[in-house]
Amino acid sequence: MANDPEEKQPPAPPPGEKPVAPAPPAAGAPPAAAPPKPAAPAPPKEAPPKPEPLDNELVKHYNSRFGEAICEAWLDRKQAILVVDAARLREIAEYSCDEEKFDLLTDLTVVDWPKREKRFDIILNLYSFPKNERLRLKVWAGENEPVPSVSGIWGTANWLEREAYDMFGIAFTGHPNLKRILLPDEWQGHPLRKDYDILTQDTAWVRENLGIESGQ
Amino acid sequence: MAEIPTANFPNVETTVLGADEIILNMGPQHPATHGVLRVKLKLDGEKVVGSECIIGYLHRGVEKIAEHRSYQQFAPYVDRMDYVAAVSNGLGYCEAVEKLMGVEAPPRARVIRTILTELQRIASHLLWLGTHALDIGALTPLFYCLREREEILKIFEKYCGARLTTHAFRIGGLQYEAYDELEKDVERFCKDFEQKVNEYEQLLTENRIWVGRTKGIGVISAQDAIDMGATGPIIRASGVKWDIRKAFPYAAYDQYQWEVPTGKNGDTFDRYLVRMEEMRQSRRICLQAIENIPTGPIMARIGKVLKPPPGEVYHSIEAPKGELGYYIVSDGTTQPYRVRIRPPSFINLEAFDKMVRGHLVADVVAIIGTLDIVLGEVDR
Repeated sequence: MANDPEEKQPPAPPPGEKPVAPAPPAAGAPPAAAPPKPAAPAPPKEAPPKPEPLDNELVKHYNSRFGEAICEAWLDRKQAILVVDAARLREIAEYSCDEEKFDLLTDLTVVDWPKREKRFDIILNLYSFPKNERLRLKVWAGENEPVPSVSGIWGTANWLEREAYDMFGIAFTGHPNLKRILLPDEWQGHPLRKDYDILTQDTAWVRENLGIESGQ
Repeated sequence: MAEIPTANFPNVETTVLGADEIILNMGPQHPATHGVLRVKLKLDGEKVVGSECIIGYLHRGVEKIAEHRSYQQFAPYVDRMDYVAAVSNGLGYCEAVEKLMGVEAPPRARVIRTILTELQRIASHLLWLGTHALDIGALTPLFYCLREREEILKIFEKYCGARLTTHAFRIGGLQYEAYDELEKDVERFCKDFEQKVNEYEQLLTENRIWVGRTKGIGVISAQDAIDMGATGPIIRASGVKWDIRKAFPYAAYDQYQWEVPTGKNGDTFDRYLVRMEEMRQSRRICLQAIENIPTGPIMARIGKVLKPPPGEVYHSIEAPKGELGYYIVSDGTTQPYRVRIRPPSFINLEAFDKMVRGHLVADVVAIIGTLDIVLGEVDR
């Protein structure tokens, strides 16, 4: 997977260089970019291979406390990732916040792997002020599987979960106000899912409310 | 005559009204909301008892666009999120992809990146100061601030040809070598700037109206700020001495001496002081950085086609507004499988409701100003 180290300073002489071939077709107008596009979502590989497994003090704490609920743990680019059971997410989140002192929920987001049995990765990026350490909690969830909300533990999860619901349609149970946040309330579909594209987007809403044909 | 649309407030929070309560709609087209932010305020007389932010007017689907562009092609898009701090956005993205690929920009590139990013921080804070003061009723600082900001934009223009959405950095380093007089320009700016900051402070810090409008307004405790995920000057003004430049040093920040300013009360006035001090510290970093810019290449050895190995990475930087994070998932192809941007403005805005309750309507603009949001980044 290494990149070809063919040139030392590739961008410096832009006009003379011809082999920049892959860039121009996609850089052009949207129609030119169209051919490679279907190719990209078409072969979405299954979850990437796991690099080195992680087994440090922190993981031992989690393992001894939650046993089976900690499905996997690994390091990716030196960043700790812990996959946990969706059903016990709330409990684990509470423990992370109160006892492991991961007091800041930096980010909560989702990655969609449509070919997988449980298509969504719910990702919680945690940070601990006392330890100056980050931890990534991951939960696998199926299409209509509810995921417990962590908004009671970290206040910031309120909007982040609303965004995840808006963009991916994840139903967080126990969320105080789960509705769309960036898109209009009546919008159809969840745009960041891999099977949502410009052809399936909600043109009816645009026509009705903005009085214009959708951009495409 | 056009039909008057009927009001429609479906939110429970604001529909249950007491006898003395009214709902006031503010924005989305309102000069003091710094963009297209719409706020629904529940008022009891002139006191705010509840609020709801309605956002998304500038939503462009940046994260979706990323999935259909190559890594390099997506870089200019990030400039358009926080468009008053495009250089910082670019730095975060480039470093995140570099981390994903396991390469590192050469030392010279990292120092130049640091200089430009710190200048950008000053420029962003200057725009914040000018508009924030303007919202509260002080017209003069705006002219002064924009005058100095102009000097910084001129440096950007000389460096890469663009002033606002600069796309100054590339994955792996820099595209452009520093121009001959960069050090001189930065030095001249920094030399003058010290006195200029003092000048702004003279206008505001002891100004009775300014103090009256900002002290004790929009207070947020350190604990609440952490709970709400607030970062950047907001959390520092509440007394948490935390800066990603110190916690997880990136670019060349570990080479320089500087302080992390903090406040005590977590109110609008303290946030003002923290940002003023941050400008001074940025100036200090710039002066140290131009002293000794290493020589050597400005671009790491990477191919023209970027294919990061499968996996994921989270990388964040201290943008002028707070923690700007990029979570990128690669599936081994030339296009990112998923790019998640953790926008500081979006998450800081979430604390708005907590800060605004109990204050007067007139303080709402002060609190929106002190949050220093850019709607392009809130909505992405």
